Amino acid sequence: MTGANHNGLVVDDVSMVFTLPGGGSVHALNNVSLDLKSGELLSVLGPSGCGKTTLLNIIAGFLAPTVGAVFLNGKQVVGPDAERGMVFQQGALFEWLNVRKNISFGPRMAGKPAKETNEKVDHLLNIVGLGDFGDKPVYQLSGGMQQRVALARCLANEPDVILMDEPLGALDALTREKMQGLVLKLWKETGKTIVLITHSVEEALFLGERLIVMAPRPGRIHKEYNLPFAERGLTDSPREIKASHDFIEKREEILSMIWEMEEEIMGGADT
Amino acid sequence: MTDQPNDPNIKLVAAPQETPSALMMWLGMADNSFTRQKTVKFGDPSAVNSGRLWSFVTVIALLLLWWVSTSQGWVKPIYWPSFEAVGKRITKLLDQGFRNTALWEHVFISVYRVLSGVFFGALVGIPLGFAMGLSSTARGLFDPIVEFMRPIPPLALIPLIILWLGIDETAKITLLFLAALFIMIIAARSGVSGVKISKVHAAYSLGASKFQVLKNVILPNALPEIFTGIRTAMGVCWGTVVAAELVAAEKGVGSMIMIAKNFLQTDTVVIGIIIIGLIGYAIEMIMRLLERWLIPWRGKG
Repeated sequence: MTGANHNGLVVDDVSMVFTLPGGGSVHALNNVSLDLKSGELLSVLGPSGCGKTTLLNIIAGFLAPTVGAVFLNGKQVVGPDAERGMVFQQGALFEWLNVRKNISFGPRMAGKPAKETNEKVDHLLNIVGLGDFGDKPVYQLSGGMQQRVALARCLANEPDVILMDEPLGALDALTREKMQGLVLKLWKETGKTIVLITHSVEEALFLGERLIVMAPRPGRIHKEYNLPFAERGLTDSPREIKASHDFIEKREEILSMIWEMEEEIMGGADT
Repeated sequence: MTDQPNDPNIKLVAAPQETPSALMMWLGMADNSFTRQKTVKFGDPSAVNSGRLWSFVTVIALLLLWWVSTSQGWVKPIYWPSFEAVGKRITKLLDQGFRNTALWEHVFISVYRVLSGVFFGALVGIPLGFAMGLSSTARGLFDPIVEFMRPIPPLALIPLIILWLGIDETAKITLLFLAALFIMIIAARSGVSGVKISKVHAAYSLGASKFQVLKNVILPNALPEIFTGIRTAMGVCWGTVVAAELVAAEKGVGSMIMIAKNFLQTDTVVIGIIIIGLIGYAIEMIMRLLERWLIPWRGKG
């Protein structure tokens, strides 16, 4: 697989070995390959330490892989770029700017005309349900609202790919479910390619059109699924889907898979 | 007045306790309604109230001690002046000034020196601190100087400054500049180093250039620390200017009390000390107000 001829996002045989400053090294990723068509939503699951975030940082261009490369639409990724937007867990908003200025950050940096940007921000504020909050400082918003701003800020830049690093991880369970609906809605309306990293099996199943489960030491792809739930989530009620038989079956299967991995890791220690 | 909820659907089983008056709470003689509900108070810092009544007691006792000890002749006027002497002296100082210079001018010149020192210290220190926080070369170049100068009290530099620059205005402002400079360098550097990497990453992913990241992320992110630096520098410079004026100066509050001492004008000395305290307090309060106004996002990142 060479990514140079592909449309979409290609992770081509990426390995990552971190050399520690004090000597020694950590083998974080081993021969990870992915091929995402434009508009696909991939969720990435795995026990802690399996290299999920490392993989995302490589795709984002914050880290250079030891071996292999990442390609987007045939172009090799060499650094961060506006074509690959990021949504972080929390605390990545600019607290010195109000909601509008946060959302318009990308267009303003690119020097887009103010009128056009303003209209775009208005539109996005409505989409994420923050129509009345544009002039509020971001630190006055709740955690869920802040993540809506983070989503809107990313969308305002019209990236090809949206990379999400545990975007809903710090939210309470109810807000989290609501935000999952929003992510699905935005995915459908914008048709963006999305890579979503999460600790929650349920979230990965519900949102991921495709799902990979990673295994640790070294981080690698353990199993890959194609799932119907995200497609169904666009029309059916989320509660119904999450309570359905095949959803629960998949959830238990993946949970026990991750449990086994965790136990393998802990096996060496006295626990 | 009771704390009973106004909702008619809620019935209190126990009889509500009598609420202490607002005056009692203001004086710190009674806890506020929230603290009154706590059973664990010792060790809970928020359960300690202002104790304002005792502050009044302290102030009144001190003034009383002053009045009695001077009027009864327990202390000689040369060690501590009487109320009347201080009152008379204030009128005279306001009226005629001190040594042909108006009282406000003595205060003004000291404040002016502090503001100049802090201004130039910030002007040079902030860019240097930024450079040290952002570039290994700059950090390497300036680290030995900053780390060496940091623990030296500015007052220890007075003899050298006098040797180099004499005792004129330039010498004083240079001393205050040095006092502010290292505080500002360290504040700016730690403001830059304190940026959360996810904010920097977010900005790059939104298409920002290096310069845009510096201007739109690193700089605003460092502002709270820079402001703390300015506040600290103001305080240190105020202390330093008074001490510098004690050593050698024609004008300024510090020189005023030093010269007054030579003429055994204890009342002027005491008035000077009170002015120094009030101005220092005012500077701190103004800086806090400015901070709340200019950097409302402080600590909310």
